[in-house]
Amino acid sequence: MSDLAAAPAAARPNLNGLWVAPPLIVLALSFLYPLALIARSAVLGETGAPDWSGVLATLDSRPFLNALLNTGEIAVASTAGCLALGLALALILAFVPFPGAPLAARLIDTFIALPTFLITLAFTFLYGSAGILNGALTQGFGLAEPPVHFLYSAWGVILAEVTVYSPFVLRPLLAAFSLIDQSQIEVAGLLGARPWRIVRSVILPAALPAAIAGGSLCLLLTVNEFGIVLFIGAKGVITLPLLIYDKAIQESDYQAACVIAIVNVALSLGLFGLYRVAARRLGG
Amino acid sequence: MTAAALGDGRTATQDLVRAGAASTVGFDKVSVAYRGAVVLKPLTLEVAAGEILAMIGPSGSGKTTALRAVAGFVRPVSGRIRVGGTDVTDLPPYERGLAMVVQNYALFPHMRVADNVAFGLRARGAARTLIESRVDDALGVVGMRTFRKRYPRELSGGQQQRVAIARALAVRPRVLLLDEPLSALDAQIRRSMVEEIARLHADLPDLTILYVTHDQSEALTLADRIAILKDGALCAVGRTADLYRRPPNRFAAEFLGRANLLPVVIEDDRSVGGMVAVRAGADRLLVAGDGAPAGTRRLLCVRPQHLTLTAELGYSNRIGGRLRQVHWQGELTHLVAEVGDSLVRIVATRLPALPERGGAVDMFFAPGDASLIPEEAGV
Ligand SMILES: Nc1ncnc2c1ncn2[C@@H]1O[C@H](COP(=O)(O)OP(=O)(O)OP(=O)(O)O)[C@@H](O)[C@H]1O
Ligand SMILES: [Mg+2]
Repeated sequence: MSDLAAAPAAARPNLNGLWVAPPLIVLALSFLYPLALIARSAVLGETGAPDWSGVLATLDSRPFLNALLNTGEIAVASTAGCLALGLALALILAFVPFPGAPLAARLIDTFIALPTFLITLAFTFLYGSAGILNGALTQGFGLAEPPVHFLYSAWGVILAEVTVYSPFVLRPLLAAFSLIDQSQIEVAGLLGARPWRIVRSVILPAALPAAIAGGSLCLLLTVNEFGIVLFIGAKGVITLPLLIYDKAIQESDYQAACVIAIVNVALSLGLFGLYRVAARRLGG
Repeated sequence: MTAAALGDGRTATQDLVRAGAASTVGFDKVSVAYRGAVVLKPLTLEVAAGEILAMIGPSGSGKTTALRAVAGFVRPVSGRIRVGGTDVTDLPPYERGLAMVVQNYALFPHMRVADNVAFGLRARGAARTLIESRVDDALGVVGMRTFRKRYPRELSGGQQQRVAIARALAVRPRVLLLDEPLSALDAQIRRSMVEEIARLHADLPDLTILYVTHDQSEALTLADRIAILKDGALCAVGRTADLYRRPPNRFAAEFLGRANLLPVVIEDDRSVGGMVAVRAGADRLLVAGDGAPAGTRRLLCVRPQHLTLTAELGYSNRIGGRLRQVHWQGELTHLVAEVGDSLVRIVATRLPALPERGGAVDMFFAPGDASLIPEEAGV
């Protein structure tokens, strides 16, 4: 009896191990294989032989270095903006009781569902050369030229990205805030802490992992952002994804496009790795 | 602690850091409502400086609400709250100079023990040297000096509770608010913590403590006075021993010490040494009178441990009943007898022999151990 029972039980763990295979196969087909193709195109020149000088030329070119710098600056600035705005909104929504708070939180949530270019489009209607703001200003002050130009610069991209991606910080922060024991906040207040000190020394430390998670997500998304940068179309604001697009579609320089794509992927994976390390450190 | 020891010259916070003088707490017709539902009916109550006042009452009776009103976490819809003569009703919590320990301790999880204890002093802008000495003192008082580097999650429930008390004491609060501080501990640790709080108050006789609990034994052990709340209203208040010996009403008698209540009629209101004769069924008893005339219906209140099954010197009152239950529990034997329509509980320490269930039983008590309570309708 016991022999009969033991035999299938021993076999089962081996079968269970197979469950890991389908996801691995999907991952390989959908991500690793295309990635390998891109890596191959990046290294192989037009002749079909490895062309390392082409790779180095791309990596050393002015457009690439500019795009790398732009991407980094815009991503970091946007992420900082998302953290600031997301934190401010989360604090207000969670701790300043007002009647519409849940509705407001839900409305901000729906931002996540909208395509990113939609908000950019709305921005051009608001702040563009022919937008509401410039229209009002040119009419109101009798100006010949629209006075507000910030939209067609890195600032416009940053503003749009902050607007689009703040909910990605807001959401985890609200979740973290809701887990904070209300009595900790009350006790801190009674011990003499004013609201800002409570935020700094009780609320923020508890929400730090959430802020890091949300911030890293923003950083990842803004590094890879394409639609917003394309839609704003600011002169000179070329980021890595946009450069890849230019090289591949406009210039048909597939090798350069693939080289830059590999850099972009490496950047994303590196950021993701950092985020995992940070999350593990703080979460443990 | 001298003003010079405070270092930096922040006058507003100096008072708070230095405050340690005994303070009274006054509720002046304080009423609290949540979304229109009144949960604390106008409460008027004075807590004397340096006293421990326990607020007890069943769940939902408004104890925590009353405490939260003192702390400033909830604003009364009417009435004023005073602390040490100052009206604090309109002050935010951080300006009230109080401290509180709550049921779940609410320690700051990402701060070490020492930083938890230092929190209030830092918030009040105390100088570094003062903070160090206060933290050390406060941890010493609760016997937690060696744990200063630990995080709250590395402490047992009882240890966390001590840290919470140290954190509250470190700011030398004018009044310490305790909301069921022991209810998360198991019975044995709870008993030893009750003793520790009593010792702590003996060491800090100037500290006014408002102690909320639903455990009447904690209240009886610790409190100078007890206030009993029921359905958001103050139902009795008095010195602990008085309230226990002569509960003013049925609820106080039953809630504090589970007294037996027997309906009686005053038979003879001529007081002999303060004693009057009452009739309970077939038995005629002598008890301390309350000035009511003959013929008045009253409830006779006598504690289970004041009844014996053997006639002894001084135990001159006798009630006859029928024994319904006998629970022998080692040191104590719990018995329940039926007297008329009422059940009477007896806690006996010595019994010559375990009495038979269902048999007739005589219970004796001393006239001084019983009191008369008005027989209110519906209370
Ligand atoms: N934030 C709130 N919103 C609405 N009602 C509340 C709120 N807090 C408490 N109450 C209600 O107020 C009443 C008194 O609550 P309170 O917490 O003061 O009771 P308590 O005497 O402390 O009870 P317990 O012994 O269970 O702690 C209860 O009926 C409770 O439901
Ligand atoms: Mg309570």
